[in-house]
Amino acid sequence: MYKLLPVVFLLSVALLPEKAVTVVSLRDYQNKAIKSNDTLYVVNFWATWCKPCVQELPFFEAANAKLKGQKVKFIYVSMNSAKEVEQVKSFVNQNKIAADVLLLNAGNPNIWIDQIDSSWSGAIPATIMYKHGKTALFYEGEFTRNKLDSVIQKQIL
Amino acid sequence: MKTKLVAIVAGLLMLASFKPEGGLKVGDKAADFKLKNIDGKEVSLSGNFKSDKGVIVVFTCNHCPFAKKYEDRVIALDKKYKGLGYPVVAINPNDPVKSPEDSYDNMKKRSKEKGFTFPYLFDETQATALAYGATNTPHIYILQKAGSDFVVKYIGAIDDNSDDAKAVKEKYAEEALDALLAGKPVATTKTKAIGCTIKWKA
Repeated sequence: MYKLLPVVFLLSVALLPEKAVTVVSLRDYQNKAIKSNDTLYVVNFWATWCKPCVQELPFFEAANAKLKGQKVKFIYVSMNSAKEVEQVKSFVNQNKIAADVLLLNAGNPNIWIDQIDSSWSGAIPATIMYKHGKTALFYEGEFTRNKLDSVIQKQIL
Repeated sequence: MKTKLVAIVAGLLMLASFKPEGGLKVGDKAADFKLKNIDGKEVSLSGNFKSDKGVIVVFTCNHCPFAKKYEDRVIALDKKYKGLGYPVVAINPNDPVKSPEDSYDNMKKRSKEKGFTFPYLFDETQATALAYGATNTPHIYILQKAGSDFVVKYIGAIDDNSDDAKAVKEKYAEEALDALLAGKPVATTKTKAIGCTIKWKA
């Protein structure tokens, strides 16, 4: 019996911190990211299959860790298909992603891309920041670590 | 104050430099191109499509999973519309330094693996993608011939569901082509889709 304890302990440690990936509609997404408060919401659109996205995610994670306690919230919105939710989940857990991860399942992209930002071509990575319920910044393309930090810093001021 | 302004302007310039400006709009004359096909021969808009009614230009590449999801549908488009006067021409605009999988040699491989029925051209200087204003892969431009010119009639996505060809509700490209073939105006001339960014040279 006692011999099994370490096994049970290890199993529970391995299973507990499992991070969820929530599949959301456009409305759910908007409710989570666009709020009429003074928190800056930094939303990154990415996919596990998108190399430049995966390369820049650590910059967002670093900024997230650095700005802990400040009025900034990071959300990563996966453009993977809803069928790939398990893939996204294992990526998120393997890479120990700290920020909230959503998977947007919103139907016809030709309709919802414009509803997020009309200047967005649909290419990823893309980043949008909201403050006071409004878009503070939209950026299509990948960030360098420095550029991301300075852009966020300007929005927090 | 002044330094802050300078910083803001510099920041804006930095942001702007990432995205190519301009490009073609629906109704514009499409710029001619002359690019190397995977068989080593050059293909040009003005030289190779004299007996066609138009051309379906598809900016695509080898590596992008999103582009891969559409490869079979691009082949189907070519098979369906080539005989009706609208053949497909695929163009890879990616910088192989940034994206090695998108090299010319790998284009040959990919074309063979998938059995592409259309030319697959390498936009080595990226001048064509810039002139057209392509932003992502896949990104399609349907051109209709008017005299010796090619006029842009549709820009955007192939359809509304990258994930599942069987679940498609809006076949944007086919609807545009069918309208052109029937001599009717194209109802939806511009659409958007999620895709990989074009890998521009540094």
